[in-house]
Amino acid sequence: MSTLEQRAPAVAPSPIPVHLGGVRGGPKAATLRRDRWWVAPVLTVSALLAFVGYSTWAAFQNRDYYVGAAMHRDYLSPFYSPCITANCQVKFGPVIGSWWQISPAILILIFPLGFRLTCYYYRRSYYRSFLWAPPACAVADARPRYSGESRFPLIFQNVHRYFFYFGVIFNVILTYDAVEAFRFPGDGGIGVGVGTLIFVVNAVLLWLYSLSCHSCRHLCGGQVNSFSSHPIRYAVWKRLTPLNRRHMLFAWMSLFWVAFTDVYVRLVASGAIHDPKLF
Amino acid sequence: MTVTAEKLTETPTQTPLVTMRLWRGDATGGCFVDYEVEASEGEVVLDVVHRVQATQAPDLAVRWNCKAGKCGSCSAEVNGRPRLMCMTRMSTLPPGEAVTIAPMKTFPILKDLVSDVSFNYVVARQIPPLAPRPREADGTHRIAQVDIDRVQEFHKCIECFLCQDVCHVIRDHEGNKAHFAGPRFFVRAAALEMHPLDTLDRRPLLRHHLGLAYCNITKCCTEVCPVGIKITDNSIIPLKERVVDGYFDPIAWLGRKIRRKPARTPVTEPLAPQATAGANGPRPGRRSPGEA
Ligand code: SF4
Ligand code: SF4
Ligand code: FES
Ligand code: FES
Repeated sequence: MSTLEQRAPAVAPSPIPVHLGGVRGGPKAATLRRDRWWVAPVLTVSALLAFVGYSTWAAFQNRDYYVGAAMHRDYLSPFYSPCITANCQVKFGPVIGSWWQISPAILILIFPLGFRLTCYYYRRSYYRSFLWAPPACAVADARPRYSGESRFPLIFQNVHRYFFYFGVIFNVILTYDAVEAFRFPGDGGIGVGVGTLIFVVNAVLLWLYSLSCHSCRHLCGGQVNSFSSHPIRYAVWKRLTPLNRRHMLFAWMSLFWVAFTDVYVRLVASGAIHDPKLF
Repeated sequence: MTVTAEKLTETPTQTPLVTMRLWRGDATGGCFVDYEVEASEGEVVLDVVHRVQATQAPDLAVRWNCKAGKCGSCSAEVNGRPRLMCMTRMSTLPPGEAVTIAPMKTFPILKDLVSDVSFNYVVARQIPPLAPRPREADGTHRIAQVDIDRVQEFHKCIECFLCQDVCHVIRDHEGNKAHFAGPRFFVRAAALEMHPLDTLDRRPLLRHHLGLAYCNITKCCTEVCPVGIKITDNSIIPLKERVVDGYFDPIAWLGRKIRRKPARTPVTEPLAPQATAGANGPRPGRRSPGEA
C-alpha cells in the first residue's frame, strides 16, 4: 500500500529541535484541584464494569434469549442477534454449523464490542477512568510513560471506521428485529406490546449512536474541504453535526437500553413476567 | 424591587476579605504565600491579584493585557484549573476558601505567575502556513461562505495556551515536547487543512512530527478553551480521521487510486524557522495572510 510520502515532498527537510528544559513553576503536586474530580471516573468505571459484567453473564447463559411463537411474540435479545449458529433457538438459516457449541452471543458480541471499544467517546472515558491518563483534567497521569495511540496496541484504534461499517450492518439487523417485534403469532398477527416499544427504542438509540459517530461524520462529509462543490455531502454533514455533539449521551443511552432490552426479553422468556399487549 | 437612593449610597459595613494564595518564586524555587485582601462583588480574579500587587506585593509578577479575555496573556491555574484570570469571576469560586493561583505548570517559570511559553512559538514555526492555490483570472480568490464557516471557529483562538498547559501529553511527560505539537497547533493545522484554498497536505507532518497520535482524545483542551473552540471534536478527531484516510484505510487508498483526485502537496518535514525575525520578518504564531 502506498503512503503519502511516496509523492515528492513539497518543503525542503530541515527539522528544528524543540528546546526542552527550563524549570517549571508551581508546587510539585499531582493536582491543586479541590473539587470532586474523582466522581466522574468512579461513575464511569462502575457503569462500564456493570455493563461488561452483565453482558458477559448474559452471553454465557445461552437460554432465555428468545420469546417465540409459543408465547405469541417474536422478541430476540439484541445480544443474540443475528442468531446465525446452528444451535440457535431462532433460525436465520445457520451460517455457522453445529461445530459451534457455545453460546451464539459470543460470536456476535465481538462486533458491537469492537465498535464501542474503538469509539472516540469510549476511548476518552476508559483512558480517563481505567488507565488514568489523565484521571481528570489537570490531575497528573498515573504512569510515568506515555505514548498515546502512537504504538501497538493502541494504534489499532485507527480501525474504528471499519467497526462503524459493521455497526451499521448490525443496526439494520436490529431494526429488522424491532419490526419483527410487531408480530404476534397466534395473538392477532400484528400488535404492539411493551416489548415492541422497548425494541423500537433500542433500534432508534442504536441508530442515533452510530449516526453521531465521529468516523461517520468524517466519511459522510467532514473529509471534503470545499463544501460548496459537494452540496449533498455538506447537507449530510450539517445534519450529522448536531447529533455528533450528543455522541456521549447516545453512547450511554444506547448502552443502557441494549442491556435493558436483554433483561426484558430474559424475564419474559423465562416466564418471570408477562409481556402486556397494548393494542 | 425598589431600591432607595439611600440604600445605594450606603457603604458596606464590612468589606469581604479573601485569602489569595499566590505562587511566589522563580526557577530557583518558590512557595505559596497567602495575602488577605478585599474583594468586592463582581470582581474577577485578576482584579484581586492586582489589588494584592497594589497594596501588599509590588514585586508580584503577573502578565496581563486586555482584561477582556481577548489577548490570552493572563493564563494561570486558579484552584488547580487552567483559566484566564481576567475571565474567572470571584463569585464562581467556593466562598470562604483561599484562592490558589499557580503559574501554568507545563511551561518553565519566569517569575511568580508568569511562565515562559516559547515552546509554543517553536512549534508554531514548524507548521507551514497557508499555501493558496493560484488566483482566479480576475486576480481574486473566491470562497463560498459554507467553505469557510468551519475553519472560522478555529480562528477565534487567542493563543492563551491553556489547552497546551492542560494537555497531559506534555504536562505530565516533559519528554513528549520533542514530538508533540499540542492542541493549539492541531487547531491551527485543522484550520489550514480544511481551508478551501490551501494546496498542502500536512498529514505526514501531523503523523510523524507533530505527534497527533499522542493525543488520546481525553478532551481536557476542549474543557479549558476560554473561547469555546471544540478542539477535540472539530479539529483533532477530524485530523485523526484524515490521517486514517492517508495511512490506515485500504478502501480510502483504493478510492484515491481509482479517482486520481488532484493531490495536495504533502509536507513531510517541519518548516525551518526564520533564523532572525527582523522588524518585518514573520512573527511566530501569527496568522498567515489569506487565513480568513
Ligand atoms: S484531547 Fe488530546 S490534545 Fe486535548 S488535552 Fe487531551 S490529549 Fe491533549
Ligand atoms: S485553542 Fe483555546 S485554549 Fe488553546 S490557545 Fe487557543 S484559545 Fe487558548
Ligand atoms: S462510535 Fe463513537 S466515535 Fe464512532
Ligand atoms: S488579560 Fe487579556 S485575556 Fe486576560
